Amino acid sequence: MTEAKKTPLLDDLEKGPWPSFVTEMKKAAANNLSAQDLLGQLELSYEDKKAHWKHGGLVGVMGYGGGVIGRYSDVPEQFPNVEHFHTVRINQPSGWYYNTKALRQVCDVWEKYGSGLTNLHGSTGDLVLLGTKTEHIQTIFDEVSSFEEHPMDLGGSGSNLRTPSCCAGPARCEFALFDTTDLCHELTNEFQDYLHRPMWPYKSKIKISGCPNDCVASIARSDFSFQGTWRDDIKIDQEAVRAYAEGGFDIQGLVIDKCPTKCMSFDGSELKIDNANCTRCMHCINKMCKALRPGDDRGATILIGGKAPILQGAMMGWVIVPFMKIEPPYEEVKEFLEKCWEWWDENGKTRERIGELILRLGMRNFLRAIEREPIPQMVVAPRANPFFFWWPEETVQD
Amino acid sequence: MAFIEVAGQQIEVDEDGFLLNPDTWTEDVAKYFSKEEGIDELTEDHWKVIKYLRDYFFQFGIAPMVRKLCKDTGFSLKGIYELFPTGPAKGACKLAGLPKPTGCV
Repeated sequence: MTEAKKTPLLDDLEKGPWPSFVTEMKKAAANNLSAQDLLGQLELSYEDKKAHWKHGGLVGVMGYGGGVIGRYSDVPEQFPNVEHFHTVRINQPSGWYYNTKALRQVCDVWEKYGSGLTNLHGSTGDLVLLGTKTEHIQTIFDEVSSFEEHPMDLGGSGSNLRTPSCCAGPARCEFALFDTTDLCHELTNEFQDYLHRPMWPYKSKIKISGCPNDCVASIARSDFSFQGTWRDDIKIDQEAVRAYAEGGFDIQGLVIDKCPTKCMSFDGSELKIDNANCTRCMHCINKMCKALRPGDDRGATILIGGKAPILQGAMMGWVIVPFMKIEPPYEEVKEFLEKCWEWWDENGKTRERIGELILRLGMRNFLRAIEREPIPQMVVAPRANPFFFWWPEETVQD
Repeated sequence: MAFIEVAGQQIEVDEDGFLLNPDTWTEDVAKYFSKEEGIDELTEDHWKVIKYLRDYFFQFGIAPMVRKLCKDTGFSLKGIYELFPTGPAKGACKLAGLPKPTGCV
């Protein structure tokens, strides 16, 4: 062991009530040289107020084009044990449900070949193993992928399908309107090739939420956002509604008056909902979950285009499919995704997300390519300018 | 920076083993890299991809998109991975002496 470096700036972050990442790193550093050097390099970054990683890095395993993010220190003389500090993305189980066996065996591998530091989880969802050397990457992959029980595969990185993720779903949420965990698992398996071998203009993400509460933030952080919804009536247990009222819950003030479409009323004994005008925002159900339940005709709304600012500005997904039934074997979902990807792959420029491509070529081209009719639900408001294009066949030549 | 020695020449590479200068590439460099990228022997198909990548790079100043590579060479992506097990970027571009792909990899 090299002598532990002094880290006064980082030590400050061990104070206070929140669990300290510095304390965690020190625990790992007790038995691991690269965790120790990482603390040292981080302290240096705190002093210099800048990162000490070199630009880029390209490493991987045989047969895959992604899954590992190469990283090299720019001060390797000072911190030789983080000269290589690659990140391995492991595809998480749907909804992040583990048993201890699964976690123990990945920890065993990681203690042997890595820094012992992890990120549970990366924001896309992967189980992230932080910091290893190039020569260990293939071994780590070979070992985690051949566990007898709960073998694990790499997640996505690069211009490919990134690891899909989903909310906790019906495993423990009564709002879940379809089996998010199953769809997530099924799509991950179906599209393994797209996930492991980058072939597209840029990254593409899928996130799956069981209801419009959108607990995986799919609308903001995925190109393809699935949100559970229903199209029949909200189920009302009037007895339970009255129990809320009797318990002193202000139904009028906290539910009726907050309804965005004002489609509810409560006369003190009976709650009424004009379902035709309900936009399924979830507020009343969230507030009175013992009395109200989503309807029985269930499926999902699919929104497209969510992305961070680069290049054309941040976007949230917008509605392309207001309602689709989501049932195994999910043929309709898969077909829909394939059509979207095909059009994007054919037309997209290098590093152009699908949302930006739709912006560039227009919804009419996109919808025609995926064979869908434009419908009012796709827009917040009709266009405010008259610069409208017609398809040639729609015009009459004199 | 690191150097590799190929056919008596010292050639500068980065830490991922990519050439720093595409002009220092020779066929021997491709042969040298093929070992570490899991290729037993460079066949005519390998050279076809390598030559295509180099031509494209010197004409346009960037590496082609994967779809373009597949279309122009006639190989499917699967075919590319059969030739270059570490993929078109880490495998083929490296053998062709192109600069390291960057961005959110």
